[in-house]
Amino acid sequence: MSNDPIHQFVVQKIVPIEIGGIDFSFTNASLFMVATVAAASGFLYFATSQRGLIPGRTQSVAEMSYEFIASMLREGAGSHGMKFFPLVFSLFMFVLTANMLGMFPYFFTVTSQIIVTFALALLVIGTVLVYGFYKHGLHFLQLFVPSGVPPLLLLLVVPIEIISFLSRPISLSVRLFANMLAGHITLKVFAGFVASLGTLGALGVGGAILPLIMTVALTGLEFLVAFLQAYVFAVLTCMYLNDAVHPGGH
Amino acid sequence: MFVTPAYAEETPAAGETHTETGVAHEAGHETGVFPPFDSTTFASQILWLVITFGLFYMLMKKVIVPRIGGILENRHDRIAQDLDEAGRLKAEADAAIETYEKELAAARAKANTIATTARDAAKAKADADRAAVEAELSGKLAAAEQHIAAIKAKAFADVGAIAEDTANTVVEELIGQQATQADISAAVAAAKQGA
Repeated sequence: MSNDPIHQFVVQKIVPIEIGGIDFSFTNASLFMVATVAAASGFLYFATSQRGLIPGRTQSVAEMSYEFIASMLREGAGSHGMKFFPLVFSLFMFVLTANMLGMFPYFFTVTSQIIVTFALALLVIGTVLVYGFYKHGLHFLQLFVPSGVPPLLLLLVVPIEIISFLSRPISLSVRLFANMLAGHITLKVFAGFVASLGTLGALGVGGAILPLIMTVALTGLEFLVAFLQAYVFAVLTCMYLNDAVHPGGH
Repeated sequence: MFVTPAYAEETPAAGETHTETGVAHEAGHETGVFPPFDSTTFASQILWLVITFGLFYMLMKKVIVPRIGGILENRHDRIAQDLDEAGRLKAEADAAIETYEKELAAARAKANTIATTARDAAKAKADADRAAVEAELSGKLAAAEQHIAAIKAKAFADVGAIAEDTANTVVEELIGQQATQADISAAVAAAKQGA
């Protein structure tokens, strides 16, 4: 079982809960969602509890992440988009922490579950839709009608725009999910090679060095991917929110 | 835990992956589908995601974001305040320098005035002294000239007597007899006149 690269994604019940025939058990996935939230908010809370005028090391990190997302959102969605700052910041910190926690051996990766990433993507697109229609009414539909396009071409462009809009939650969720899933599987497979080659005697131990090097390199790469995917998720969220704030302006 | 027909049909590809990776043998305790596509876990995952992420969002919105924002704003204000303070101090320093420059200019002007006055006074005194000395000198010069003129006049007067004596002697030597005093005097006077 320890060599099975898929086993790490199995959701296991810890506290079985069933309400109305639907399974709402507290699982290892739930546990690591709680851990993610606890780690992220605990870090941010204690890092900023000094409220130092001159930041310490941890406070600097908290401030850097704040300003990182703030500038990303301001560039992506303008100053009107800043009202979504708590949402984008929460999404980024949640995804980043979940990805990073997933890098610990034997830890469950929350973001390797398509339903989780899809729910987060739907939250983003839902926010865009609700805010867009609430703020702009039917003018929000201008989003699908780029300005300055000849009317004849609009027949072609509008369906493309609509399809691209509809595919957003899918691409947003699948990108994060697939990256985490594939990375963890690859890592596990190469690590498995090390273990299985290591049992084959002296030649096997020598041969195990190659997958070991690969595993080390891939671990580094996976840390990069873990950060990069959180960043990409946040950047795309900013871009989509820009549509909600300025539907006609692209 | 049981495999519903719907799940089995829903993810045939995932089932294949399972067999390839050898999971099928040991995944019996689960639904047998690729775990991330196992929809029996979806309800629970969504519920717990909503609870945890909702809590996280509220915590971020109510506590963390205002706090970090406050810290940053505080620092920003402090920096602006310090810059203002620095600007104020600079203005003060500029004013002090200006006052100093003004006072310096005034002192310099005063010193100039004093120097000019002193110089003028000294010059006036020197002029007066020189004038006095010049006057004295010219007085002495005039006296000396007078004296010279007197001596000259006296000398001229004496010249007549000497010339008459000489002429008398010369005439006596030449012609052996004495000329009359009147003739000699007339001749000497004529010569003096011609001279």
